[in-house]
Amino acid sequence: MSDSPILSIRNLHAKVADEDVEILHGVDLDLKKGEIHAIMGPNGSGKSTLAKILAGHPGYEATEGDVTYLGEDLLEQEPDERSQNGVFLAFQYPVEIPGVSIANFLRTALQARLGNDEELDLFDYQDQLMEAMELLDVDPSFAERPVNDGFSGGEKKRNEILQMAMLNPTLALMDETDSGLDIDALQVVAKGVNTLAERNPDMTVLIITHYQRLLQFIKPDHVHVMIEGRIVESGGPEVAEALEDRGYEEFKSTTT
Amino acid sequence: MPQNETIQDLGLEEYKYHFITEDEPVFRSGRGLNEKVVREISAQKDEPEWMLNFRLKALEIYNSKPMPTWGGDLSNLENVLDEIYFYVRPQDKMEHSWDDVPANIKETFERLGIPEAEQKVLAGVGAQYESEMVYHSLKKEWDDKGVIFDSIEDGLKKHPELFREHFGTVIPSADNKFSAMNSAVWSGGSFVYIPKGVELDTPLQAYFRVNQEQMGQFERTLIIADEGSKAHYIEGCTAPVYSTESFHSGVIEIVVKPGAHFRYTTIQNWSNNMYNLVTQRALVHENATMEWLDGNLGSKLTMKYPSCYLVGEGAHGSVLSIAYSGDGQHQDTGGKVIHAAPNTTSQIVSKSISKGTGRSTYRGLCQVHEGAIHSKSNVECDALLINDTSRTDTYPYIEIEEKKSNIGHEATVSKVGDEQLFYLMSRGMNEEEAMALIVRGFIEPIAKLLPLEYAVELNRLIELEMEGSVG
Repeated sequence: MSDSPILSIRNLHAKVADEDVEILHGVDLDLKKGEIHAIMGPNGSGKSTLAKILAGHPGYEATEGDVTYLGEDLLEQEPDERSQNGVFLAFQYPVEIPGVSIANFLRTALQARLGNDEELDLFDYQDQLMEAMELLDVDPSFAERPVNDGFSGGEKKRNEILQMAMLNPTLALMDETDSGLDIDALQVVAKGVNTLAERNPDMTVLIITHYQRLLQFIKPDHVHVMIEGRIVESGGPEVAEALEDRGYEEFKSTTT
Repeated sequence: MPQNETIQDLGLEEYKYHFITEDEPVFRSGRGLNEKVVREISAQKDEPEWMLNFRLKALEIYNSKPMPTWGGDLSNLENVLDEIYFYVRPQDKMEHSWDDVPANIKETFERLGIPEAEQKVLAGVGAQYESEMVYHSLKKEWDDKGVIFDSIEDGLKKHPELFREHFGTVIPSADNKFSAMNSAVWSGGSFVYIPKGVELDTPLQAYFRVNQEQMGQFERTLIIADEGSKAHYIEGCTAPVYSTESFHSGVIEIVVKPGAHFRYTTIQNWSNNMYNLVTQRALVHENATMEWLDGNLGSKLTMKYPSCYLVGEGAHGSVLSIAYSGDGQHQDTGGKVIHAAPNTTSQIVSKSISKGTGRSTYRGLCQVHEGAIHSKSNVECDALLINDTSRTDTYPYIEIEEKKSNIGHEATVSKVGDEQLFYLMSRGMNEEEAMALIVRGFIEPIAKLLPLEYAVELNRLIELEMEGSVG
């Protein structure tokens, strides 16, 4: 494993694009190749804002600080460039695209990576898709359904994991992947993430969550606690356990 | 004659592509529409007396009807009509060479992946179409089954009784101002007859005929699907039709006899200076089915509402349409279904996309006559707006005289959302690719009914149209 981080965040300040209220007040974070990190925080702590800033959501704006990804300025890149460079965001609320099958959607996404000069090999693509669905224990008919249209919460998150498998990211950001899932669906999703992390040990994962329960199934190497737009505590898995026992209140008091 | 004057004489003041025209004089009818023009057309075609009278009567009706004040903006149309030639013999049509076709049109053809031989036909500079062989083998199959697929002129000459029995019965000259105009000056189009019980697996494509008889500005098509027959007719193609004319007014009449099943597919992509005013109607008899599949992608203004008159018990009609309006374009389209017999069913599904300053209007009529008991109709119109400057309107007229009927109507308007775009971009698509995928998904329910090669072309075309849709 290389020692230099693949993602380095320094003194990041950010806000909602149309508003003046700052949400992130100087975040510092380093992620190295192959590590699994979790950021935990209560509602409104800014953890989802961080995920959106990293993926390039147009509704959010970084006002200060730097984000370096694979040696490049990440904040300068368009969302599609970030994706092509290996950043993947699993959405908290995946968006519906009526009339577009998952298979067609993924094919278009993979073709976009090749650009205009090269045509995606459809046979290879089909094999790859079948393989990914088998790996994640997804029924092949799933790929024929329109993207997230009429999906249950669990199906939407499963679709995110399938996309992650197909796009094979260098850096996976999981924004509240556990929200709205019952325990069975949660286990399925967690198993998917673990399988992909096993398949590609170099993949770096940043899990963003309110609850500790997802971390019972996906074991993070590092846990960070975010309160009011700052990371107030970093450590190993024991931090998540401490949170479970004592709640966020104790950490809040340390910030003041 | 100096070059410029020739162009002036052909009424092409608005043209902008610098075609070199021939100096040879051609037969043309003189500008504007009058009795002399109509008599000349009829004489040129060597028509029987009844057709000349039909045309003259239609001219009277045309002159007596005011310009419509509803629908799109026709305020400049009278000026256009005063300037155009209502008839130019096909063999005298302006010849130009492939080298003269504008580069942007050629590029569009290239990017649609259309073979060069076909490109030439589309650009109006080629007479040969490589599928000639395919056409001939199909033609033999059709001949063996007694299917007639001719130009409208040949239909009148070769099958005078069948022709006269049905011509003008579905759309009378007096139906509207433009059906009257077409009835007076029609030229070009198809005559089709499918005999009783004959089912055709391969669609009849007007395309195959185009090289023999250039599609006219005032095309007239008459189709008779006899009892229990089944066929599919396809007109047009997704490639932009390159035309120096600025007015198109067609009339399409279809008779679907008891138990027959007929589908008529049109995909049209006129150049952006075109007024496209078309009347399409089918008379649907007992237990017969008529399906209109209509795609309108170009023109300055299109007004077109394919109709099904359900006159026999158990008849079914459907109108499925896609309209795309780009900058400065107005698609005023929809469908009409008239339930005039019991147990008739109908469906209208309309999908429109407006981009830039484009405007799409859905205009539909669902009418249930008294006594048409247990009739059912379902109307669904969905509009997608790409930009803040795009516009859509919906005018669904419903007239029900029979209580024992079931009519449903649903309309949606959606705008391509920032969240949708961000979602697709976060998967590596650029904004235009993302937009094209959303639009393709939107029209998918109708596009999937098209023959594969048309669906593929339509998708490519939408990708091209979405370029420059952002920012």
